[in-house]
Amino acid sequence: MTRIAGVDVGGTFTDVFLLDEGTGRATVRKVPTSRPDQSEGFLAGLGDGVDGLTTIVHGTTAGTNALLERKGARVGVITTQGFRDVLEMRRRDRPRTWGLRGIFVPVVARPDRLEVPERTLADGTVEVPVDVAAVGTAARALLDAGCTACAVLFVNAYAEPSNEAAAVAAVRAVWPNPHVAASHEILPEIREFERFSTTALNAYLQPELSAYLERLSGALTAGGFGGEFLVVQSNGGVMSAADAGRLPVRTALSGPAAGVIAAAHIATEAGYPDVITGDVGGTSFDVSLVKDGVAAQAAQTSIDFGLVIRAPMTEIATIGAGGGSIAWVDRGGLLNIGPESAGSTPGPAAYGRGNDRPTVTDANVVLGRIDADTPIGDLPRLDADAAGRAIDAHVGTPLGLSREDAAEAILTVANARMAGALRLMSIERGHDPTRFAYMPFGGGGALHACAMLREVGIGRAVVPRHPGVTSALGCVIADMRADQVQTLNVALDRLDEGDLAARVEVQRSVGQARLDAARIPFDGVDLLVELDMAYAGQTHTVAVPVFVLTRAAIADAFDMTYRATFDRLLPGGVRRVMNLRTTVLGRRPRFDLSLLAPVPGASLDGAAKGTRRVHLGGWHDAAVLDRLALPVDAVVPGPAILEQPDTTILVEPGFAARIDRFGNAILERT
Amino acid sequence: MSDDDAGRTGGAPPIDPVTLAVLSGRLEQIADEMDATLFRSAFNPIIAEAHDASHGLYHAATGDTLVQGKQGLPIFVGVMSFAVRAVIAAHDERGIEPLDGDVWVFNDAHLGGTHLNDMRLVRPYFRDGRLFCWLASVGHWHDLGGGVPGNYNPAATDAFMEAVVIPPVRLVRAGEPCPDIRAVLMRNTRLPASAEGDLNGQLGALDLGVRRMDALLDEYGAATVDAALAALADRAEVLMRDAVASLPDGTWEAADFLDNDGIVDEPLPVRVALTVAGDRLTLDFDGTAPRARGPVNIARPTAIATAYVAIKHLFPDLPANAGVMRPVDMRVPDGCLLAADFPAPVGGYTETILRMIDVVFRAMARAAPDRAVANAYGTINALSLAGRRADGSPWVMFSFFGGGHGAAADGDGLNHGNAPISTATIPPVEILEAAYPIAFRQWALRPDSAGAGTHRGGLGATYELEVLGAGATAFLFGERGRHAPKGVAGGGDATRNVFTYDGPDGPAHPPMASKMVGIPLARGGRVRLDTPGGGGHGPAAARDPAAVAGDVAAGYVSPAAADRDYGTIWRSAP
Repeated sequence: MTRIAGVDVGGTFTDVFLLDEGTGRATVRKVPTSRPDQSEGFLAGLGDGVDGLTTIVHGTTAGTNALLERKGARVGVITTQGFRDVLEMRRRDRPRTWGLRGIFVPVVARPDRLEVPERTLADGTVEVPVDVAAVGTAARALLDAGCTACAVLFVNAYAEPSNEAAAVAAVRAVWPNPHVAASHEILPEIREFERFSTTALNAYLQPELSAYLERLSGALTAGGFGGEFLVVQSNGGVMSAADAGRLPVRTALSGPAAGVIAAAHIATEAGYPDVITGDVGGTSFDVSLVKDGVAAQAAQTSIDFGLVIRAPMTEIATIGAGGGSIAWVDRGGLLNIGPESAGSTPGPAAYGRGNDRPTVTDANVVLGRIDADTPIGDLPRLDADAAGRAIDAHVGTPLGLSREDAAEAILTVANARMAGALRLMSIERGHDPTRFAYMPFGGGGALHACAMLREVGIGRAVVPRHPGVTSALGCVIADMRADQVQTLNVALDRLDEGDLAARVEVQRSVGQARLDAARIPFDGVDLLVELDMAYAGQTHTVAVPVFVLTRAAIADAFDMTYRATFDRLLPGGVRRVMNLRTTVLGRRPRFDLSLLAPVPGASLDGAAKGTRRVHLGGWHDAAVLDRLALPVDAVVPGPAILEQPDTTILVEPGFAARIDRFGNAILERT
Repeated sequence: MSDDDAGRTGGAPPIDPVTLAVLSGRLEQIADEMDATLFRSAFNPIIAEAHDASHGLYHAATGDTLVQGKQGLPIFVGVMSFAVRAVIAAHDERGIEPLDGDVWVFNDAHLGGTHLNDMRLVRPYFRDGRLFCWLASVGHWHDLGGGVPGNYNPAATDAFMEAVVIPPVRLVRAGEPCPDIRAVLMRNTRLPASAEGDLNGQLGALDLGVRRMDALLDEYGAATVDAALAALADRAEVLMRDAVASLPDGTWEAADFLDNDGIVDEPLPVRVALTVAGDRLTLDFDGTAPRARGPVNIARPTAIATAYVAIKHLFPDLPANAGVMRPVDMRVPDGCLLAADFPAPVGGYTETILRMIDVVFRAMARAAPDRAVANAYGTINALSLAGRRADGSPWVMFSFFGGGHGAAADGDGLNHGNAPISTATIPPVEILEAAYPIAFRQWALRPDSAGAGTHRGGLGATYELEVLGAGATAFLFGERGRHAPKGVAGGGDATRNVFTYDGPDGPAHPPMASKMVGIPLARGGRVRLDTPGGGGHGPAAARDPAAVAGDVAAGYVSPAAADRDYGTIWRSAP
């Protein structure tokens, strides 16, 4: 029987979700993340031996952290004559709209970007063949300078890669390690800055990420692990650890994407395939949208100003309103939340670690919504009085409010900002948020769930059984994906159907080979084909799913997608095909979520833990219950607090929590 | 209309601070959602991708900005209220009252600011039968007739040569669409499908605004929302007074020049005297050139909006509502370059407002050197190439180019940024080369283009491109060819804009420096733009020699320029 482990390494905790399909047992573990080498915490989390495991799936933030902290490799770039500054010039943007301050430091310094004679034109003509000797000289110069990775970045290489291919071969001939890539190998797609940036960032991450994954892999093997080691990509699909070491740029949002995958699966199984997720972390509130069980995808993201990664990824919108976000009153008398955050160090005032400014968490503590005596995670007892003093000094006194009213005010403003993020995410995607369910996860999400229902007009919230380890659970659920892109840039009526079919077949077989290389079972393998299309003259494309590769069928598919997006077609417009995208999707067996359901024999009485004073407009005596001990179909009317090790659920008056057959807590109005 | 007619509550009752904080976010979000609705539904990429559009809520009686979306272009913050004022004035002139369900439309830049491509839609919002506020939407339409496609006509000497001019008229009357007006609009564009899409998108954004306002007023009541709007403007005023009061009292002047207007080759002075008196700020543009013959004029609404843009760059945390401008007095002489009367051509307005921002920054730098940044590159460099492909089909490439940002007291300037009035990005080389028969030979930072200083300006760029097709005709409309972007607080000036093209006798430059139409280019002919960097901040002698050595090592600054500007001490830096 299969035993699968999902391991999500976050900034503070390493979460493990262990599933034994033989015994039908699921185990959840949370251990501190180890630094600087995250593999120690990883192995500690797996605990009692890895020899019986068939598959280990890893969600990681190592790539994101290396980018944010600028701790990647020294990269050398070899590029087309005249274009050494593309990486530094970006798309002519600026860090912030207002103020005109701030600079951009590219990950490859200017002296490490060398030009060689070569030129390919947009139609694929090689105007100037690459000077391979000059490439070899440049590569040796970069090595001598101390570069440990190399990116070959040629203009128009998406259209015709032969110059770039010859150059990268010449680099590999002299380069002492495998950290060498050409832009057409990483992203054969039009738009030079996005392709160069993605390729350069990949090179920047490759030495460290591949070493980390090899270290882990070696330790697992040494521990007796003989199964398959996989890594979650930013789009929520998994790939082999070897592929991840080669394409680390695709892991930038690995952990958060896994969380959204889990949310999508849990919500769909619970009967709500349209769901907006909200993850309340220490410094931020992250929102994603799932429609028909599928998470919305973005084509690219910026990890930081100018650090652009173009690769399909789960769309996650972030605002600076998390538990550690600081509340303050500006000189105009307006109460604000964030963007400044106390983070986890020093953390909220209640942590007693030196921060004396009030945070969202401090407001929850003062109002009794968080139990100061038994906080979640491994925190020591919280100092409610310190939280109250911070609120008095920075919010209560300036606004003339009592301590409780000031704390309520902080939460009201924080909730309004979070609700705004939910609304904007749905409007931007063309959806009405009231038709969705809401799924809070992360440690703090469930404290604010009823508020989101009130503010946005959403019907119900679904609180998963283990909201604090959602990403680890998502690792276990995620399908295997191999995504590829190729720019075609051709008018549809000139598209060669035979050529398109051949390209799709090449991409399919490359993807299938990646799936085959992982020795894990699939319920089935799907091929998804999409064409990025637009009318001639337009630069913004729509992603058109196609099933029949004829011009007529593609024209119909384009019209349907275009009309759905813009409500009309352009009469007489010339349809163009910009990019071909394929996804080879290996559907992994879905485990039965009812494995997570409460044990038979659980009872409402058995879950009762007494009452606690909680401030909700005024002070209430709220029932406190052990969430994990609640039986299926239990209904708990508000005001109530449901406690569990990784989160606290606040059931406000006027709402009730119902436990469904998977152990989810469904919050609805009564 | 009186305040009473407008259904507003006169003196604002006190509002509790928590409701105020929540309503502040809710109201901003209505404008943001209107932005998002248009960006998502607009056909034309100038709106969909460059976000050349804006939405907001405006005061029922005065048209003052109450709330504005955050995603639109910076220049629209401040200019939109003039569109609403023009519609209010149209009611007064015609002796009519606004009706629930009306939508007004116009593009007249002399009434609504900016240029004729910006189509403005204004809709009264009614609550319980009374006018509560106005909603407005502006978006840059692709084409509105006139002398050249896309309406950027460097040779225009009046508005009629630029585009069709639509005064404020009702597109929808009390909910009943007027197909006549729509027909006039659609017959006056070269791209009716694009225009239809943009118009429908703007109407959709206004509809969404109405629905969101209905829901908000249902929840909080009109009196409370009204009180919040008043309180938010008061708060903005308090913040602005606070900001001004932090500056020393006194008057500081700055002057700069536009190279010329593209028709008459004479420099055009732009002058400002900035006066701080306690918590009031005066910007007096007396001494600025009179109305120009070519299209570098701006209308008065544009000038006032530009002052707002400059102020918000100097104090980026200020909110986007009219309260900010209450402590500001603007003096712009009638009929001058910055308040040109109809039908003066305004198509090149970007160059003039960039110069306004430059002089305000420099005057501010004299008052408070840490507050101001040095001048950015200061020109939009609109370059167009047109020709025919081998198969005879016509092509037209049109783009704006970037340059360096000015240095600040706390750091160097950004290399290759966008203009302070915009947030638009530049198209990729590969998209341009795939669309047009051209090849870029250089797309690079321009060494030695930035002003020296304790903090160095950001670098401008060099763009050189070659015509691969049978030949082409080019035009350029740029600035800063004769007057460099300035440093502040003792920082050095940047390098001027240089345009070079292959003439019959070798490399040539336009007689008017950075403006020229009808430049013939043969196959293989090249044009090259060397754009300015940003000015420096603080004396160059105070720059850390190690930073100078780093600049030289990176090739941002040549050794000779480093020796000249900073002395040779960098040569012995560690």
